[in-house]
Amino acid sequence: MTIKKNLKFYFKLFASTFTISAFTFGGGYVIVPLMRKKFVEKLKWIDEKEMLDFVAIGQSAPGPIAVNTSILVGHRLAGVAGALVTVFGTVLPPLIVLSAVFLLYEEFKSNAVVNAVMAGMRIGVAAVIIDAVITMAKDVLKGGKVLPLLLMAAAFAAAFFFKVNLIIILGASALVGIAVTFYRLKRGNGAAS
Amino acid sequence: MIYLLLFWSFFQVGLLSIGGGYAALPQIQNQVVELRGWLSLSEFADVVTLSQMTPGPIAINASTFVGMKMGGVFGAVVATAGCVTPSCIIVLLLAFMYAKYKNLQGVRGALDGLRPAVVALIASAGVTMLLVALFGGETLPPVIGAGHIVSIVLLAVYIAVLRVFKVNPLYIIAGSGAIGAAWYFLSGRLGL
Repeated sequence: MTIKKNLKFYFKLFASTFTISAFTFGGGYVIVPLMRKKFVEKLKWIDEKEMLDFVAIGQSAPGPIAVNTSILVGHRLAGVAGALVTVFGTVLPPLIVLSAVFLLYEEFKSNAVVNAVMAGMRIGVAAVIIDAVITMAKDVLKGGKVLPLLLMAAAFAAAFFFKVNLIIILGASALVGIAVTFYRLKRGNGAAS
Repeated sequence: MIYLLLFWSFFQVGLLSIGGGYAALPQIQNQVVELRGWLSLSEFADVVTLSQMTPGPIAINASTFVGMKMGGVFGAVVATAGCVTPSCIIVLLLAFMYAKYKNLQGVRGALDGLRPAVVALIASAGVTMLLVALFGGETLPPVIGAGHIVSIVLLAVYIAVLRVFKVNPLYIIAGSGAIGAAWYFLSGRLGL
């Protein structure tokens, strides 16, 4: 389908990503269903299957998923200019909100009640992160394979106990993944990856 | 040159946080707390907490917060720009190449290896934050006091509620804040 790329279109593209980003609390995957609803269902600018591909690429590329997915949507609709528009739309709400939050934080961080609330919330956030780690670990370890478990244990020990540089940990585990894949291919059962 | 440093540090955060969501957590902690000393560990924990309650990805939120602290509004803009620059370059390249290489065995192998490592890095950052949340430091305290036990019990309850009832994490964070305030007033009154 062809969309007229006039000023109105760019404004709509910006306003759409700005609004979606402003309501994506906690970041991450929350933005995906919101984007799908807007660009696939409401505006019909992108079809369902494309959106899924965008999410897949957005996940495997470095950087925040929200930013990556919006770049892909913008690029698909209006090339590099479109991507720039959607990146600005996505980044602006947290930039504005966190600037304000920073000023309030500086103002209130010596307040005893605020400190008590923050201390309480740290426990809540720790619980939320642990819950997410359990869910992610279950997903990665699904199928009972040994290698992911070993990699996970080794990476955790390297990061937490030995404070190994994170780049080395990520690079090494990517190399292990590649080596194992090619070893399996050579042995002729590469179908199961 | 603080602006260049901010850009470069958050460029690395953007480049190395693979997998979205909490994947940025260990990278931000590494750059901002360990390498540069821009935030203390408890300030970092606060930034993560505030990120959970405000819109936008943690990496962008942290960029803005740290940028504001170190270099005002311009610092915030520079740090945020640094954070999204790798995404802009890499994702645009991927958009061009996706159709061609998506089934390449080497790429799939690399991703298979990266996934468990990313989970492990998030777990490591999570444990560090946990120690700060429960004991106020990076290590276990020599003596576990009454306050610590209350914190541990609360943590266990929150995790149980999250796992069993799958509630929106926002409620847990808001609720834990309210409990923190209540505990403050209560312990003041009881003289604990």
